[in-house]
Amino acid sequence: MKLNINGKPVEVTADPDMPLLWALRDVLGLTGTKFGCGAGFCGACTVQLDGEPVRGCQTPVSAVGTAKITTIEGLSASAWGRKLQDAWVALDVPQCGYCQAGQLLAAEALLRTTPKPTDADIDAAMSGNICRCATYTRIRAAIKQAAAA
Amino acid sequence: MKASRRDVLKAGVLAGGGLSLGLQISGGAKAAMPGQLSAFVRIGTDGSITITAHQPEIGQGVRTSFPMMIAEELDVDWAQVTVQPALGDRSTYGVQLAGGSSATPTQFERMRRLGAGARAMLVQAAANAWGVPAAEITTGSAMLHHKASGRSARYADMAEAAAAIPAPDPKTLPLKDWSQFKILGKRVPGVDNRAIVTGKPLFGIDTRLPGMVYAAFAKSPVFGGKLKSANRAAALAVPGVKGLINVAERRDLKTEIDIALPGIEVLPEGIAVLATSTWAALRGRDALACVWEGGDAAFQSTAAWEAAAAKAFKDGPQKPGYMNHGNAPAKMATAAKKVSAEYSYPFLAHSALEPINATAHVQGDKCELWLSTQTPEDARRMVALALGLKVADVTIHMMRSGGGFGRRLMNDFAVEAAVIAKAAGVPVKLTWDRAQDFAHDWLRPGGWHKLEAGLDEKGDIIAWHDHFVSFGADGKLNPTAVIDGSLFPSGVIKDFRADVTVLPIASTLGWLRAPINNAFAFVTQGFIDDCAQAAGRDPLEYRRAVLGAPRAIPIAEEFSGETGEDMKGTPYNTGRMRGVLDKAAEMAGWGRKLTPKAGERRGLGIAFHFSHLGYFANVVEASVANDGSVKVHHVWVAADIGKQIVNLSGAENQVQGSVIDALGAALGQKITFADGAVEQKNYGDFHLARMDMAPAVDVAFLSTEYMTTGLGEPAYPSLAPALAGAIHAATGKRLRTLPLDTSQLTA
Repeated sequence: MKLNINGKPVEVTADPDMPLLWALRDVLGLTGTKFGCGAGFCGACTVQLDGEPVRGCQTPVSAVGTAKITTIEGLSASAWGRKLQDAWVALDVPQCGYCQAGQLLAAEALLRTTPKPTDADIDAAMSGNICRCATYTRIRAAIKQAAAA
Repeated sequence: MKASRRDVLKAGVLAGGGLSLGLQISGGAKAAMPGQLSAFVRIGTDGSITITAHQPEIGQGVRTSFPMMIAEELDVDWAQVTVQPALGDRSTYGVQLAGGSSATPTQFERMRRLGAGARAMLVQAAANAWGVPAAEITTGSAMLHHKASGRSARYADMAEAAAAIPAPDPKTLPLKDWSQFKILGKRVPGVDNRAIVTGKPLFGIDTRLPGMVYAAFAKSPVFGGKLKSANRAAALAVPGVKGLINVAERRDLKTEIDIALPGIEVLPEGIAVLATSTWAALRGRDALACVWEGGDAAFQSTAAWEAAAAKAFKDGPQKPGYMNHGNAPAKMATAAKKVSAEYSYPFLAHSALEPINATAHVQGDKCELWLSTQTPEDARRMVALALGLKVADVTIHMMRSGGGFGRRLMNDFAVEAAVIAKAAGVPVKLTWDRAQDFAHDWLRPGGWHKLEAGLDEKGDIIAWHDHFVSFGADGKLNPTAVIDGSLFPSGVIKDFRADVTVLPIASTLGWLRAPINNAFAFVTQGFIDDCAQAAGRDPLEYRRAVLGAPRAIPIAEEFSGETGEDMKGTPYNTGRMRGVLDKAAEMAGWGRKLTPKAGERRGLGIAFHFSHLGYFANVVEASVANDGSVKVHHVWVAADIGKQIVNLSGAENQVQGSVIDALGAALGQKITFADGAVEQKNYGDFHLARMDMAPAVDVAFLSTEYMTTGLGEPAYPSLAPALAGAIHAATGKRLRTLPLDTSQLTA
């Protein structure tokens, strides 16, 4: 199968039913995308397909087709992504850090479509992503800081 | 143990000629082998300044905060420092433990003395080179200055000469006055932040080794269950599955570990599936369709335990007078009024977001592991015991943990991976799926309390009686389900009696963030609200009366650290608690008139709790909609963890996270058993806090004249009772069971 990951064509040999999460992590070695629940509850495996946030654990690799995949390893290619990364570092968002890749991919999609999000916009876009350390106060602040940058 | 009294600094020469300084671990009785040089600080002749972060990072910020302590006394700029991780190796670094919020109080001074030691050697080297008294040399930003002669040098220039100077006795080293701190107390972002936001491999589960295979492990969901049948052919037919390994049960894995924790002891029987991906391994495991039977825990069910607790409350306790302070029965007999209530709380799972995993490679008589663990040395000893290896032949790569919360104090996963890897003969990464994480957790035990208080004419509490029902074996409470002298109201209310009933359990119990306290605070603070209500008094004013005059009440718990800061006889200081109580009330504007919106009822609740040497109080503002749903709008937290916050950014993050984590637990978390097994399988039936639930959390740290203590846990316990108080203030309904059943709150 041919995939487009972070702007580059990639050839991957995997069972067509294999979730994109595992093709990225175990076949291609892109471990930035995280396994959390395997059932679409936690959002740790969030990646973007043509800019839309999706659950990597619920997306068979064969369903990706020609869609452009963006993972955390490629987030810096986006201007919003870089602003978010800088805000995340400056405001010291992470505790354990495990969920933050998924949070950032969801936040980048939010800001691209809603550059000045309200608290309600942030609630709606981000409530699918669990942070077990509950760094939500800072995730919210960092999204707002990136939006203002 | 006061190992610090024997701490010896040990200097060495770096390959490039610079200075390295570490500790000669003279080792407590438990040291596994003679000490080796540990290089906590390395000053290179090339200008590099490297500090080793030796504590396990689970999100509590120690990979940043501990090097900050060293850097402060080394007198360098934080930007000049490179932090590098350590191996898990007790004989080199001393205790490496993420648990009990213990790292900061036990090692704060030791880390500072390491930095001060390296600085003193560099100063002496400059003094020798310049022929001037060391006392005339000043430092800053990794530079040495002698004002009178106008000379200056970089640390790098003196590093080689410093390495030849005998390391000083750490006890003789002057430390900075706290007012001169340039790094400690500031907001310092985590050292791994950039790697986290760019997706670099950091966590145990990110480990990839040449030739590595991926493993899943089928084992009984009922603790101790035996394999009856499995469809091995079906598993082997799954594409990507390379082989199966039978794992035999072992019950001999008992070893001495660093702190008073139950070790894993049991390796369950089961079948490991080896495959070319985690996905294929998990599919292969499912294809096995294992049938299990029996098990030590087969008798367990939540319904039966609830019935047993109710029966104990009706029939009386198994162990009357388990604790007796003063004379509660006599005082109770003189009470003007009696108040009684029953409280309960469920089992809880840790559910760290990084699923349980371990990567192991066994070669001959050596084993190497890559672990997300809170207790690397325990993992090392467990694996050595399980494989019959020398402890020194087991190497632990201490990876960043995607959350711990107490789950990763246990290393059952490390033993499983090592046993499977030995049989596989190649490196193996074992990953549990989320259902296994719930099924094989070391759970926070549930419990029930039947409380009675005697009030005097004014309504003040003069006697307190608790019948506590929880879990254990052979009639003894499990260490994670105790009631003891460290817990409020012991000591604060003089006449206090606790009876106990022990229900049997075979499943594994463990420590979850602020263990014991995370349950007791809900019970004791809730009951104070009950008493305040019975007395017709305000919850804040009533709490001030309960605490009484500022005084230090010795608590029974011993908490002694490794640095010689002996905390035996640590007091419960009612003055410190009063300080945070008043501060939280002031921050929240306690007593102000609330303005509920249409279709909601709104209230404030307040609670305090002492745990892990920290004093916390918080106020919750919550509203309740007509359908009973609860929204927390704002939480105000006041904390007293001593004189000096180490990293203000990390500290605030810990408190805000603890509060929101506790909110999620109070509203949505409950583990139940049926037919011996945990019923919850994933986050769909065990609800963690999410963004749309997260309130604003204001945090104030009071600076008091006491030693600095830890922050991973003590902010958690007081949230749930304050929330229950706010709900009562809004609705008049008192919820005394966790998680809070909001269906009772419809208008």
